[in-house]
Amino acid sequence: MKTNDVIFQTVAKVVFFMIIFFAVHLFFAGHYYPGGGFVGGLLTSGAIVLLLLAYDMKTVRRGFPVDFKWLISLGLLFSVGTAAGSLMFNVPFFTHAYDYFQLPLFGKTSLHTAMLFDLGVYLVVIGVTMTIIQTIGESE
Amino acid sequence: MSLLHWAVLAPFIMAVFVPVLRKKAALIHTGWFVLILPIVLFGTFLQYLPVTMNNNTVMQTAPWIPSLGIDFTVYMDGLSLLFALLITGIGALVVLYSIYYLSKTKESLHHFYVYLLMFMGAMLGVVLSDNVITLYMFWEFTSISSFLLIAYWYDRDRSRYGALKSMLVTVFGGLIMLGGFLVLSIMGNTFSIRELAARAPELNEHPLFLLAMILVLLGAFTKSAQFPFYIWLPDAMEAPTPVSAYLHSATMVKAGIYLVARFSPIFAFSGYWFWIVGAVGLFTMVWASFNAVKQTDLKSILAFSTVSQLGLIMSLLGIGAASLHFETLDDNIFTAAVIAAVFHLINHATFKGSLFMVVGIIDHETGTRDIRKLGGLMSFMPITFTLSVIGAFSMAGLPPFNGFLSKEMFFLSMVQLIELNLFNIETWAILFPVLAWVGSVFTFIYSMIIVFNVFTGKFQPEKIEKKPQEAPIGMLISPIVLASLVVVFGLFPNLLSYSLIQPAAAAIVPSIIPAGEQLDVHISFWHGITAELLMTIGVIAAGILLFKFMPKWGRVYDHFPGKVTLNQFYNSGLYAAERGSNAITNAYMTGFIRSYLVYIFTFFIAALGFTMWAKDAFRYDASAAAPIGLYEVCLIVVLLAATLTILMAKSRLTSIISLGAVGYTVSLFFVIFRAPDLALTQLVIETVSTALFLLCFYHLPKLSRHEEKRRFQAGNAIIAAGVGVIVTLLGISAHSSKFFPSINEYYVENTYEKAGGENMVNVILVDFRGFDTLFEISVLSVAALGIYGLIKLRLEKGGETNENE
Repeated sequence: MKTNDVIFQTVAKVVFFMIIFFAVHLFFAGHYYPGGGFVGGLLTSGAIVLLLLAYDMKTVRRGFPVDFKWLISLGLLFSVGTAAGSLMFNVPFFTHAYDYFQLPLFGKTSLHTAMLFDLGVYLVVIGVTMTIIQTIGESE
Repeated sequence: MSLLHWAVLAPFIMAVFVPVLRKKAALIHTGWFVLILPIVLFGTFLQYLPVTMNNNTVMQTAPWIPSLGIDFTVYMDGLSLLFALLITGIGALVVLYSIYYLSKTKESLHHFYVYLLMFMGAMLGVVLSDNVITLYMFWEFTSISSFLLIAYWYDRDRSRYGALKSMLVTVFGGLIMLGGFLVLSIMGNTFSIRELAARAPELNEHPLFLLAMILVLLGAFTKSAQFPFYIWLPDAMEAPTPVSAYLHSATMVKAGIYLVARFSPIFAFSGYWFWIVGAVGLFTMVWASFNAVKQTDLKSILAFSTVSQLGLIMSLLGIGAASLHFETLDDNIFTAAVIAAVFHLINHATFKGSLFMVVGIIDHETGTRDIRKLGGLMSFMPITFTLSVIGAFSMAGLPPFNGFLSKEMFFLSMVQLIELNLFNIETWAILFPVLAWVGSVFTFIYSMIIVFNVFTGKFQPEKIEKKPQEAPIGMLISPIVLASLVVVFGLFPNLLSYSLIQPAAAAIVPSIIPAGEQLDVHISFWHGITAELLMTIGVIAAGILLFKFMPKWGRVYDHFPGKVTLNQFYNSGLYAAERGSNAITNAYMTGFIRSYLVYIFTFFIAALGFTMWAKDAFRYDASAAAPIGLYEVCLIVVLLAATLTILMAKSRLTSIISLGAVGYTVSLFFVIFRAPDLALTQLVIETVSTALFLLCFYHLPKLSRHEEKRRFQAGNAIIAAGVGVIVTLLGISAHSSKFFPSINEYYVENTYEKAGGENMVNVILVDFRGFDTLFEISVLSVAALGIYGLIKLRLEKGGETNENE
């Protein structure tokens, strides 16, 4: 049954970016306000799921030519790499470092290696959620 | 590692080369190579004879597990030397005999000699070890190699049955013995037998003494085939005859005797030792000799006879323990019992070994061992006949063979018991010589059966397969050597008395020998007309009469019900154990997850409930509780309603929706308890999982999609209520008993100071306790890959994997 859901598709296109921006906001704000890699990742994949519902598996795959399983490994690599990086500076495993920098556009901002770890979490959560949904969706 | 260590290990090392020899030198019978070793070892051990004759000992230690006090300590005294000489001497003769007995082409000789050498090494280890753990190790080696040897013809049903039986019985005893050893070593704080013996008086007072003694004795009784553990020995007769001759007459069954003798210095002060060892031995002797008469298979007769003779030796060792209690007597007659035990041990090894070999020859030359088929072989096999006469007459206790002497000494010891009022023995003492006499009469009868039913009477050529003829000379050498020893020891017993018997007896009862003196061992052939001589004459007279009229009274045996034998008991016991464990397992391993959950939850309730009750752990303290607000009450009402809906719902869809309602309510709880991160995550996750539940629901198979209400089951309800109550009580108690302040102050203070963040939850997750998060994302990854694998790599019906990508 082919239905004409042009309204849904149009709205989805717009809402997708709103959700993504919100997710990125949650991710970046994690260290100071509620949010973080986990919720951010879930919401990002929620945005992609919205596209999946509006269009179909093939279209979305064309839009995001990513194998989400690779995203999982990339995320794990980020997390472990951040944790293990501290060993290079002769401090115990999982020691984070941060400092405040004067950045051109943002002004005085703190940069924190915990962010990199959280990025790993973010990528893993997207990868996991999308892998599960894609796999189940494609199965007969 | 001294020479003695290498002597013990040599058979094991030799065993490694046997298969190579079998393959590389296939034209020569492998036994010839093996034969060298026991001869060399026999010579080696003979060199120790002067040492032990002067009551000196040799002790060498090689560390094995020094941190645990377990060493490979070899200890050579008269008793060990006697056994070592028996093992290697008879071992050499048995190997020689087996060269002619076993065919070079038909049999897998490498198996045979590997097992035999393993056994020889293990026996040497048993008799030479001073450390109980090492002793136990070699002890189990003998069980294993004996198991392998009994099942040598493993394609026969009876062989496997016999091997399994002997394994079960002897390993059962071996493990019990290990327990005894451990108890003993805990009492004495050492693993060394010599050191334990030195502490014997102190050990005697120990409350665990009796336990250790009974455990060690059980081990000895199972190995030495005492009542009621003798049942494995007749079935072990399925082994090749050289094995029966070696293991089941001369060596392995004497390991238990050795153990009793070796531990006499430790245990023999106890009256229990005297009673248990003496009575069990004597009863075994009578019982087995009585049963031997009814057997029709020659090897079975010899098996029962072995049991009987071992019982005799055992009872002598038990009675010899009385000597420790009467050290004030001038003429300590009970040492005579110990001497008789040692003497009979030697005698039994010689005549029983030769008798087994004779039976092997008869089997080899006629093709049967059934005495109902044999008869009149005297003229065909004169040498074999002579050998069997010597062996059997010695076993019956007739002069001029060595069995006569030890039987006389046996009677003497038994008669002496009457004269002493000892351990409240009183009038019961008369039973000992009477039983001994009855046992000897039966011994006489079966000895005569072996000789006369086989070699005299009518020759029945139609019943036997081959034409009987004299055995090849090689096969006869070994029994001839043994039979000559029977005669030599019979005529000149004092050859042995100070060379072997005295040192061995001194090792068994060391405490009664004054320093610098020796036991008086003088075995006289003729010592006047005494009670024991009259008893022997009585044995001969009664034996001849009973043997003559055997057909008349032999029917007595038919009246023994076959159902109540020990074998029947063993078989039905095994069967019942198997059936029983099967039934028990089937009863609780139902295969339903529901049952297992019932067990788990019941245990959970019982364990927690009992602990809470026994430790009086329930606390209720409302002072730390926060006030309950309106929002909380409302949410709880919603939560309860949703939960009840899940339970009562008729449709699964309702349950799924209600579960979603529960999840969203929980996230609302997070909101009012001020946990925004949790609330966010809970909302999203609840949505995803509800979607997944709906997916599952959609794909349910049509057949079982009955929309029916859950059946109420009282058991389930009780367990569920129990779990709920227990967990609630636990929660209340835990909340009411806070002993330390929380550590959250640290996080509150340092989140910004040290970690540069303001969201404390997130800082804890990625910084303070980032480790947990690292592995939680790993869990998620594994779950995703698992789902991917399950769906993509499904096995198709044809059994092939379906790899889409």
